[in-house]
Amino acid sequence: MGPQHPSTHGVFRMNVALDGEVVRKLKPVFGYLHRNHEKIGENTSYLGSMPYTDRLDYFCSMTNNWAYALSIEKLAGIEVPERAEYLRVILAEITRLQNHASLLGFLLSDMGAWGTPLMYAFREREKILDLFESLAGSRMMCDYMRFGGCRLDASEEWLARAKQIIDRFPKFLDEFEDLILGNEIVIGRTQNVGKLSAELAINAGITGPMLRACGVNYDIRKVDGYGFYPRFTFRIPLGEHGDTYDRLMMRALEMRESVSILQQAFAQIQPGPIVNPKVKLRGFRPPVGEAYGRIEGPKGELGFYLISDGSPNPYRYRVRPPSFINLSILEDLCLGHMVADVMVILGSVDIVMGEVDR
Amino acid sequence: MIGTGILQGMAVTARNFIGSYFEKERLTTVQYPEERAPLPENYRNFPFLIYDGNNPHAGLRCVACKICEKECPPQCIYIAKSDDKKPDYMGKPQFYPKIFDIDISVCMSCQICVEVCPFEAIKMDKDFELSQRERFDHLLLRREQLSKSNEYYHRIHPVEAAAVDKNLADAAAVAEAKKKAAAEAAAKAAAAKAAAAAPASLSPS
Repeated sequence: MGPQHPSTHGVFRMNVALDGEVVRKLKPVFGYLHRNHEKIGENTSYLGSMPYTDRLDYFCSMTNNWAYALSIEKLAGIEVPERAEYLRVILAEITRLQNHASLLGFLLSDMGAWGTPLMYAFREREKILDLFESLAGSRMMCDYMRFGGCRLDASEEWLARAKQIIDRFPKFLDEFEDLILGNEIVIGRTQNVGKLSAELAINAGITGPMLRACGVNYDIRKVDGYGFYPRFTFRIPLGEHGDTYDRLMMRALEMRESVSILQQAFAQIQPGPIVNPKVKLRGFRPPVGEAYGRIEGPKGELGFYLISDGSPNPYRYRVRPPSFINLSILEDLCLGHMVADVMVILGSVDIVMGEVDR
Repeated sequence: MIGTGILQGMAVTARNFIGSYFEKERLTTVQYPEERAPLPENYRNFPFLIYDGNNPHAGLRCVACKICEKECPPQCIYIAKSDDKKPDYMGKPQFYPKIFDIDISVCMSCQICVEVCPFEAIKMDKDFELSQRERFDHLLLRREQLSKSNEYYHRIHPVEAAAVDKNLADAAAVAEAKKKAAAEAAAKAAAAKAAAAAPASLSPS
């Protein structure tokens, strides 16, 4: 199955052994989109790797930027100004909204609901991409954050526009839930499909909404409290059964929590500097050492591991991509199900091949 | 009852379908080549070089310092420094790029060249309709194609260009004031020297 298949979210191939229509064995084949990301990172300056991180998970360039900036800030002990931290939280949560919205659309289109749900989700996503474009200059490859702050300041008009779009977002969520979550076909296709036990999820290192769908309360926003997340009150939605329906619901519920974080952030953000003036971006040489910076990306724990030998290039640059590690248990999820369910399960894992293959 | 969920979903679809005739929010399509969504001020696509005044060669701000060539992550810029110098906007003699090529098939529009340029010489363009019939030569932009006037820059990024012009004017004013102060100091020193020398020359008479 794959790699040229519209439902494999890019170029992903599966060797599937079938008994009739039932999956007996499944072996994922990666590497069709391998671009040498980590090696390029070792040969580029710290600043030069920032635009490359946009291309990892090309749906959520803002969170990729943040994770990379966070690991450098840990490595060199850089403070970030208050307004920049708020902007980062706002942009990361907006990214989560658009990622989850488009995931729900894609998942439905994998199930055969061609067009309509995806177009409704993309209509919402388009507004958010317009926000990114007017702030950072590009719809998807934002390249917005820098170690020690953010590149450009958000104007008052931009914040007002973003607030207006976020205030209207729950209306879209209500409509979308009416559209799909009560639908008997969706329930029939997703409930009890691709069950993941909490034990296996923890052992396999699964993170993000997929882990929380199994009922494990683990969210790095709460565990690490990076950025200004401890200043906001929000809940972590938890699933119970760990099946595809729970994973789908998890995204819908997380979007509501993101909206509440965003509304608090818009109320709290104050004018101020957005860049730490002590940080020299060009010819940046962090001290010798190593650091691992991780954030709760929309897909799970996104981490960057950097070893510095004091030169302008990192000695080792390693990405911990959530979708790659979440994909590693695909066989366990799919065994015993139909071929048509494989697409639904794969869609609910939420992968982006740019991040899986790097 | 089975089927109510599907009917509920159908109601949403119907609301959107009928709503698209009345509400702008539900019909967001833009008929592209005929109508265009306005580009935001910050939109960026590929870099270009700025020149002041009317002459693309004489007014070119780039001094071929090669910082952008070195910092460019995908290494899409190639610069060759000139052998002679030409005066820049403050009248200081500077090198200029004999060759300045940007391969826009490699460029990834990250605008790091813009951030690192100390001379405000390279900025991001907004032109995105760049299809070409040749894959190689036509996507390698030469200095002549890259040079665009400051007025063009003002047209595409009005707020940013005004800030850049103000910075440059301030820098020029500071340099001018420094020059003036230096000239005055030199004049003063010369006068003092002359004054000091005068009694000496006077004394014998």
